[in-house]
Amino acid sequence: MSDGKHVGVVLVSHSAAVAESVAALAAALAGGADAVPLKAAGGTPDGGFGTDADLIAAAAREADEGAGVVLLVDLGSAVLTVKALAEDDELPEGARLVDAPLVEGAVAAVVTASTGADLAAVEAAASEAYDYRKV
Amino acid sequence: MGKERDVRDAEFIRRWMLAMAEAVESEAKHLTDLDSAIGDADHGANLQRGFTAVAEALRAELPATPGAVLVLAGRQLISKVGGASGPLYGSLLRATGKALGDAAEADDAQLREALQAGVDAVVKLGGAQPGDKTMLDTLVPALAALADGYPAARAAAEKGAKDTIPLQARKGRASYLGERSIGHEDPGAASSALLITALAEVAADV
Repeated sequence: MSDGKHVGVVLVSHSAAVAESVAALAAALAGGADAVPLKAAGGTPDGGFGTDADLIAAAAREADEGAGVVLLVDLGSAVLTVKALAEDDELPEGARLVDAPLVEGAVAAVVTASTGADLAAVEAAASEAYDYRKV
Repeated sequence: MGKERDVRDAEFIRRWMLAMAEAVESEAKHLTDLDSAIGDADHGANLQRGFTAVAEALRAELPATPGAVLVLAGRQLISKVGGASGPLYGSLLRATGKALGDAAEADDAQLREALQAGVDAVVKLGGAQPGDKTMLDTLVPALAALADGYPAARAAAEKGAKDTIPLQARKGRASYLGERSIGHEDPGAASSALLITALAEVAADV
């Protein structure tokens, strides 16, 4: 994007370690993705497994430079929590839950966002990660 | 029954939420036992954390309208639960509260309509249908029976929860178990019966 703003990426998992590791992996595979606002929002406040709505909403706000934010999630309560937040306008404008596999989608989203692509392109790249068959 | 008896104000809804918090606390172990059979053994603890936060918030401050009480309760559940029951129960209460609007009081017909909006929000969020072995197997028959009064709703809720035992789970983690989910009461259906029971008890007590 010509104004230098990047689409933000938020990774939501039941596990803090999974969210952080997938973020680190995506940043490493993207190479030079330092400019992409990338946030991990995993686990519960007490360090357990689960999802924390406040942590997710804060991560989305932090990842928001004004170019939009994509949220990638693992399963169950992560999906429902992000949907419930979106339903009540508790996510920044232009924040979207993306239907994508977490690991592959995160890599695709971060690489695409690092090129300065817009929200629709980042969202499409993450979703298209489903189309890559392994066998 | 005098006309005043079916007017539901903010204090009524607060008493419902406090009654639910008590019920969840005393049934937490039972809910977690049900969840350990087909889920991840956290339903009791998760709901207890959520409704404890609801009770604390409502003891600290009583919003002016029944709708606002439910919106506040729903927001607490979405924030504090940490499992799928948080957004599901949170959406149920929040959508019910929004449907009540800014009115200072609701009659039973209005409350029933609002609860229907809440159940619709659960359907929309989770994508489940009756028969999928979820909280909807309690809530849908309970709402249908509510037209005949709170005791009828309570009986339908309790029956709905027990009727999940022979069902195979089609939503959530339990669905991964396939046929092995048959033979267990669904924890979300069980906790939903507590919610309807708490409502019936508070309504009988007015």
